[in-house]
Amino acid sequence: MNKKDIFLTSAFRENSVWKQILGICSSLAVTNLMLNSLIMGLGVIFTLICANFTISLIRNYTPRSVRMMAQTLIIGAYVIIVDIFLRVNIPEVSKQLGPYVGLILTNCILMGRAEAFAAKNAPVDSVIDGLGAGIGYTLVLLTIASIRELFGFGSLFGFTLLGSWWTRWSIMVMAPSAFFLLAVLIWLINDYYYKVKTG
Amino acid sequence: MTISPFILFWAAIFTSNILLTNFLGMCSYLSVSREVESSFGLGIAVTFVLILTSALNWLVYYYILVPLNLVYLEYIVFIIVIAATVQLLELLIERFTPALYYTLGIFLPLITVNCAIFGVALFMIIRRYTFLQTLAYSAGSGLGWLLAILMLAGIRTRIREKMVPTGLAGTGITLITTGIMALAFVGFSGIVNVQ
Repeated sequence: MNKKDIFLTSAFRENSVWKQILGICSSLAVTNLMLNSLIMGLGVIFTLICANFTISLIRNYTPRSVRMMAQTLIIGAYVIIVDIFLRVNIPEVSKQLGPYVGLILTNCILMGRAEAFAAKNAPVDSVIDGLGAGIGYTLVLLTIASIRELFGFGSLFGFTLLGSWWTRWSIMVMAPSAFFLLAVLIWLINDYYYKVKTG
Repeated sequence: MTISPFILFWAAIFTSNILLTNFLGMCSYLSVSREVESSFGLGIAVTFVLILTSALNWLVYYYILVPLNLVYLEYIVFIIVIAATVQLLELLIERFTPALYYTLGIFLPLITVNCAIFGVALFMIIRRYTFLQTLAYSAGSGLGWLLAILMLAGIRTRIREKMVPTGLAGTGITLITTGIMALAFVGFSGIVNVQ
């Protein structure tokens, strides 16, 4: 598989969120604002790239019995870096994201990519795979967040688009809308692939 | 923080359900909820591990990490405590109650990566709960999670007999069901406010 194929596969064809249903927790929780989603996405991309690279580097020296624990600790180290970076540089966003930055550690996407790709492939390929998976995840987050923020707050990235005439849909700010929007997104994408397959 | 543990317990189940309002523990919630029986087993296991590890993590945080000034290591330490507890529990259950092992044992490895367990540990630190509050909050969260997965499993056994659009079948319809459940739980909000 060439590099472009690796990227496209992990970003779209085998997208972690809509294809493998991984990392749902955070894709629902942080999507009430675009900015939070973007920061969260970048955090996940960074962690994925670094963790995939490190795990791939030591893949031949890790005994199989402690593999999972080693992967968890490596991911944990990078999550701590992300958390401290956010806390120092953008404290407001870090406060809003709350525990969800730490929860990158138990985000199934990280373990999924480590186990499915980084533990078997060369470092450079693993970095591309991590980048792809991270971008695929961020795109889903931003899609859901754009709808929730636009209808819920009448703005995008904090810039007001819909003025005072707009009645805010408070449901979009609350939890249920996240479930509905993700369901509809998965529905549309599945339908698209189904049509491509059957012609 | 002066919320009584009793109120916190009820709030964790209803007004701020760990799954339906905080979206934690979604992975195993979506994949294991096909049968009512296995959902119940997993729910009980999660509740038990949640109470045990939250208590342990609280002690570790306030009596080891804070005095040693190692607070920044909380994520790694928490996940190690959780993984070790689950492993130990598995060994003990297998050794002393084989019958329970056959019903609960298969779910235990799944629990280590359940975000709900780790999430509750992080919430109790961020919200500065006392030890009693932590116990109440974790017990409530566990039971709330059990309630959510049981309801979903019950509904899913009915959905299986219905016609669902191809693209929506499986995860899609499950998420919509969960959304409607979350909508119902929004009705509880406002009874007590816990943040």
